[in-house]
Amino acid sequence: MTEKKKTTIVLFSGDYDKAMAAYIIANGAAAYDHEVTIFHTFWGLNALRKDADIQVKKGFMEKMFGRMMPKGADKMGLSKMNFAGFGPKMIKNVIKKHNAMPLPDLIDMAREQDIKLVACTMTMDLLGLQKEELLDNIEYAGVAAYLGDAEEGNVNLFI
Amino acid sequence: MNIDKLLDAKGLACPMPIVKTKKAINELIAGQVLEIHTTDKGAKNDLTAWAKSGGHELLKYEEANDVLKFWIKKG
Repeated sequence: MTEKKKTTIVLFSGDYDKAMAAYIIANGAAAYDHEVTIFHTFWGLNALRKDADIQVKKGFMEKMFGRMMPKGADKMGLSKMNFAGFGPKMIKNVIKKHNAMPLPDLIDMAREQDIKLVACTMTMDLLGLQKEELLDNIEYAGVAAYLGDAEEGNVNLFI
Repeated sequence: MNIDKLLDAKGLACPMPIVKTKKAINELIAGQVLEIHTTDKGAKNDLTAWAKSGGHELLKYEEANDVLKFWIKKG
């Protein structure tokens, strides 16, 4: 068998809709038998956050960041028509109506399909996010690891 | 035509039809045929492209009462 093709996605955005697009492409690529990596950096890290309150030692700034950012995929806002949180409620209704998959389910599906979820450690430091606050069994890496995957990538996206 | 497996993906939206098709075809051996039913309007192009990329053969395609039916032979 020929070597597997690769898809890599940088998820920079912390918007629900953009993350949904990223995860739909990732799941599709996995169905295409690609090796898929999603590299989460900056606001995209919030998609990997646990929704529970995790007690970790933090400085003032980190605490503020932690409080202001969404705790997990389900709490993320929309890039357009967010309407102070009403937009996501509307879009989730529409998702249900059309039998599409909400973002948390897409993330579960991604894990089921062995998609590699990577958290960027440098931006974790900037935003004050610690490993305990992110989903279990993900990988931690930096730009070199991303490039290592991306230079062999057949599909590389920045979302 | 000998059908080895039937996948009912009706009502499912993108990317589920393709994800489920991939799972179903994994359970078959080369030469076996998978029948797929879906209501996703993008499926015609999706499954055609997917089958081609994976080296599978789209044997037949049919559309009736908003249900798209595909028969794919595993390559």
